[in-house]
Amino acid sequence: MNSKNVPVTIEELRRKQPRFEGIESGHRACLGCGEALAARLVTEASGPDVMIANATGCLEIFTTPWPESSWRLPWMHSLFENTGAIAAGMESALKAQGKNTKVLAFGGDGATFDIGFQALSGMLERGHNVLYVCFDNEAYMNTGIQRSSSTPHAAMTTTSPPGSERMGKRHLKKDILSIVAAHHIPYAATSSVAYPSDIRMKVRRAMEIEGPTFLQIHSPCPLGWGHDGADSIKVARLAVQTGLFPIIELERSVLIGSMPIRHPKPVIDYLGLQQRFRHLFNKKDSRAIEELVHIQALADHNIKHYNLRGEGVDTMDSDGADTVRRGGMRWA
Amino acid sequence: MRKALEGSQALAQTVALCRPQVVAAYPITPQTHIVENIAKLVANGKMDCELVSVESEFSAASLVLGAACAGSRTYTASASQGILLMSEVLYNIAGLRVPMVMTCANRAISAPLSIWNDQQDSMAVRDAGWIQLYCADNQEAVDTTIQAYRISEKTELPVMVCVDGFTLTHTLEPIDIPEQEMVDQYLPAFKFSRMLDPRNPTSIGTLVSPDFYSEARHSHHHALLDAADEIIAADNDWEKLSGRSAGGLLAVDGPDDARIGILTLGSVYGTLSAARDEYPELPATSLLKLRAYRPFPADALRIACQGLTDLIVLERALSPGYGGIVAAEVHAALATGTAKPRIHSFAVGLGGRDIPLDIYRQLHERIKVAEPAPFAIIDVRLERLPVEDFGIDLTTTDASNG
Repeated sequence: MNSKNVPVTIEELRRKQPRFEGIESGHRACLGCGEALAARLVTEASGPDVMIANATGCLEIFTTPWPESSWRLPWMHSLFENTGAIAAGMESALKAQGKNTKVLAFGGDGATFDIGFQALSGMLERGHNVLYVCFDNEAYMNTGIQRSSSTPHAAMTTTSPPGSERMGKRHLKKDILSIVAAHHIPYAATSSVAYPSDIRMKVRRAMEIEGPTFLQIHSPCPLGWGHDGADSIKVARLAVQTGLFPIIELERSVLIGSMPIRHPKPVIDYLGLQQRFRHLFNKKDSRAIEELVHIQALADHNIKHYNLRGEGVDTMDSDGADTVRRGGMRWA
Repeated sequence: MRKALEGSQALAQTVALCRPQVVAAYPITPQTHIVENIAKLVANGKMDCELVSVESEFSAASLVLGAACAGSRTYTASASQGILLMSEVLYNIAGLRVPMVMTCANRAISAPLSIWNDQQDSMAVRDAGWIQLYCADNQEAVDTTIQAYRISEKTELPVMVCVDGFTLTHTLEPIDIPEQEMVDQYLPAFKFSRMLDPRNPTSIGTLVSPDFYSEARHSHHHALLDAADEIIAADNDWEKLSGRSAGGLLAVDGPDDARIGILTLGSVYGTLSAARDEYPELPATSLLKLRAYRPFPADALRIACQGLTDLIVLERALSPGYGGIVAAEVHAALATGTAKPRIHSFAVGLGGRDIPLDIYRQLHERIKVAEPAPFAIIDVRLERLPVEDFGIDLTTTDASNG
């Protein structure tokens, strides 16, 4: 890093760097795990006065192989499908005891979009003061890459394999954010591990809100997506830059902000890095180009629908927001 | 003070006396009146708690689990399909060894759909690792609920208080609701030793490898066995305060010279007790009230069966393809020791079928056999079943249900 280009001193940066990590290193996540990084960033921003309800899944498994635990926070795992209700129970107890400790709920996309959806909806509807964070890696990774309702269209998983009759997952990725926002909760947002400062900002914002809040963090899974572990951030960034994963914020179900895309990239830049989409690059298969066109159309739709195309250079856009150094400082 | 109260009303008032901080409510017949009455107490400022109306029984059980781990005394109630829906959570609560109390307003299981009483629901979660206590009447339900909190919090095991749906929950009885001071004296403030706390962060519910799972199960099993002492102590201490015992693990009522025993769980005990007075001409009979089903009081059972020639096990559930669930355990318990009564196994009162006083006479008739007959459901009217079920036309024969 060339400090001449940085509008702050090194001392200032050090002072501003996070002092708290809720997850210790030494856990058993795969190399390049997006979820592990995202969870660490969330706990850095939340600080220590929290209590966590964690759904069954990779995060639970790789952080707590008895008798070890990576958590520096009070943490609990009950089951796969009840995380919203466990968190609601914690919050009710803390309320009854007159404590202000914030409850966090952590779940993967399977636990959030699918099996735990009802408990999540109940928690949102009843207005529990909980920040629910969904680490979205777009399939059941812990059981070995099965499709979930979050798996994007055409992606290959072990239960949506391409073949003579199929081109990967037939259905679209569920729009969980709109569904969650339709509960008219105070705050619902998406973020991505490619943008740590965006995660921190949104967690801090949610922490200040009394009521249910929701954060969906796009978290690459090198094993499940089929890319190099060293490319996780690059892949996550391309999901945003192509428009396939819009970074947006909603208050009471109204769109209040989005991360502009400075230079929209073609979806093939994103898809081509991942083995789960390799069947879309088979030049001998006429269906492949059809699917690529389809996926590009989905990205174009997102860009139009959320008005994501940026104008000029913006420190908060898809190219600016990830040039973030330690401490959450931003510059273009 | 004795008041005429519906069972559910009495239970709601009793729960309030136990001061839970978090209550999860979800409607299911015949449990609904309990949470409705709690909601009324909360609405009128007579009960100070976070009452959460959840979106399913699965979440009801989960919510109280989260609340208990965060350090609060909790309560919920359910029945039937609700118990089955939350069964995964029930196992989880017990495995995590989290103290809490819930009422099961016993009801039959669908299909066929029945909202009426039997005990198939609590039997279905027999192996979840909860303490299960069965109540013979509403006074026992009140006393057992208070005791259950003490047992649960001392043993760090969850307790299910089983109360026959409708038969108890919807029946008006004169019931003594204890004074608040008495309950406060009996039940210390809730403190969960492994409670989640940001100042002392711990991880609850971790993954264990095969290196540790057997040990966890061993520990859980022995905790349940050891809970027997606490169940007895809690009942004795409550008797000292209130003057009433709810029956410890297993209560025996009958003359010393009785050679016939009838073992039951729940409210059938009351029916048999009244019937025994109605038929004084029948042989002297002991009534065995199995209050603690888990932990199973095998030693107490062996002692209670000393001198009996015949033991009738009368239960309101069955294991299809086998027969009596409790009877199987009674057989196993009496395989050792010197008490060797002949064991007769019957299911009765399924799906709310009325159990008349005459059942007592019928049972005495049925055991007049050279060898105990195989398990049977009492009061099956074969003529109500389709002919195809039997291959014979019952309307033209005089076949009976034997």
